[in-house]
Amino acid sequence: MALSDSFERARSTYTRGGITTAIIFLPPALVLFTVFVMLPIGEAAWYGFFNWNGLGWPQKFVGLDNFEQLFANKVFHRALINTGLIIAVSLLIQLPLALGMAVLLSDRRIGAVTFRMIFFLPYILADVAAGLIWRYMFDGDYGLVSQASVALGGPPIYLLASTDYAFAGVLIVIVWKYFGFHMMLYIAGMQSIDRHLYEAAAIDGANAWQRFRYVTLPGLAPMIRLSVFFSLIGSLQVFDVVRALTFDGGPLNTTHTLVSFLYIFGITRMRVGFGSAIGIVIFILCVVVAFSYKRIFMRHD
Amino acid sequence: MTEAAASLDRAALPPLADASRPVRGDPFAALYRLLVLSFVAALVLIPLLATALGGFKSVGELRVNAFGLPQVWVWQNYWDILMPEQLQSAEAWSDVSQWGANLLEIGRHKYWQFLGNSLVIGLLTVFLTLAVAAPAAFAFAHLRFFGERFLFNYLVLGLTFPFATAILPLFIKVRDLGLLDTHWGIVLPQVAFGLAISVLLLRNAFRQLPYELVESALMDGCSYNRIFVSIVLPLSRPILSTVAIISFVTSWNNFLLPLVVLNTTRKYPWPMGLMEYQGEYMTYWQLVLAFITLTILPAIVVFVVAQRHIVAGLTAGAVKG
Repeated sequence: MALSDSFERARSTYTRGGITTAIIFLPPALVLFTVFVMLPIGEAAWYGFFNWNGLGWPQKFVGLDNFEQLFANKVFHRALINTGLIIAVSLLIQLPLALGMAVLLSDRRIGAVTFRMIFFLPYILADVAAGLIWRYMFDGDYGLVSQASVALGGPPIYLLASTDYAFAGVLIVIVWKYFGFHMMLYIAGMQSIDRHLYEAAAIDGANAWQRFRYVTLPGLAPMIRLSVFFSLIGSLQVFDVVRALTFDGGPLNTTHTLVSFLYIFGITRMRVGFGSAIGIVIFILCVVVAFSYKRIFMRHD
Repeated sequence: MTEAAASLDRAALPPLADASRPVRGDPFAALYRLLVLSFVAALVLIPLLATALGGFKSVGELRVNAFGLPQVWVWQNYWDILMPEQLQSAEAWSDVSQWGANLLEIGRHKYWQFLGNSLVIGLLTVFLTLAVAAPAAFAFAHLRFFGERFLFNYLVLGLTFPFATAILPLFIKVRDLGLLDTHWGIVLPQVAFGLAISVLLLRNAFRQLPYELVESALMDGCSYNRIFVSIVLPLSRPILSTVAIISFVTSWNNFLLPLVVLNTTRKYPWPMGLMEYQGEYMTYWQLVLAFITLTILPAIVVFVVAQRHIVAGLTAGAVKG
């Protein structure tokens, strides 16, 4: 605080020549951002009220038609449910797994660095590559999952062809790919916990579980909130994995997420108005999550 | 949180607070720990190993021997992807004067073409991101001007915007600008969407530089432009490389934008090329597996060589954003 105060004071003393520099330095960023981020977002809100195939100029104003169609669409319902499933699995399986691994790897015992790197490895792969790798794993004829089932005397498993379980494949890939990233966040968070707290707890006779429950967990709370936030925002934007794993939405459109629904039903069919309406829904969900989250949880961080 | 972020910045793996010391004198605790870790590591690694090994198998063996090592190592699967067939013989390389043309031919081969496209798109993205974001961040960090706070908040607003919302209007904009099916049609939107996080990271880092440096330079009559080029940039190499890593990795793995912008196979970056290849050779899993392995290989090699920087860069970017 004190540092930034003196900084502000010092900074306001010298402004000669500053304005001309600002006039040269700022416009490239502002123009790029406006043209390729702000305008498209604004235009999505505008196109969402039109029926338009992308040629010429949007003229056929249809009011809320696109949104009504959207919320009546069964596949969209499924996409919403699937997104909810991603959120649930991220919060209930992925994050606890990441936390558990972080606890096991937070110190420098032999092998800790190697295990960390192994767990982080899937995160650096492109979603498309991860998706295709698992498309092979889940393949009913060639895949390891199915062959393991056969080797154990069971039937071959065509997971990605099953209307009930294909989406489970997507969930597995997401956990596989992203838990290492969250683990790294937690390990970083643990480093900022004062080690004297552990010593004090140990002197007071706290066992390993109590030290975790009353020292690690509270100290890690800001990082956990952050990783929950990433999971929520990330869950709303899953696309590549679904594309690689089930291409156009899986058996009977059962593996769609919000963005894959947008891609198949908005972009490939060039229904700009309908697609933009989907985009607006995703936008609203993201902004609601971001702002309410910041309000509720991140006030003090 | 800021402390955590700061420690992330310094190094990925500094010495740690001892969060989970096992109860002393319990040899089983260490054993259980190792068992659990090995189990999870196996779940992570088996798909990767199966993919790389599967690329060495024949399609028949792939079907009956999914788990074991290849009985016959079929190097041809990989070789065909790396090298055009007419250049695989020793005679093709016997004429030294032909080497240049041969290498050019390899460069036109699918795999190299896809990687090359991704490299070009990635480097352009990194270069343009730094060229545009660093000056803007400097202005926000060290200059006073009207609307400073407003403009900064305007840019940072981009952090909460989902890319998917913009994709259809973006397609129309890119088309109207005549950039459809060009690499610039990918680079410009990528840079624009990376600006929020880049400017934020750079501004925060620029502000942490000792202000006395800027102050004394000003007193010596140094212009702001000079201060930026000669003082701030050289002192900010770590954060510049963090931003470079983030934008390169994002670009390298980007899929949705190229999918919408490009339609000529020759121009595809590797994730699209991979999907294309998979669609073409769908029934020949051994080829697809070899292709996957070769396309993720550069990322894995770079990761193993520069793991500290990569982990620190990617997590720091996320935490501070």
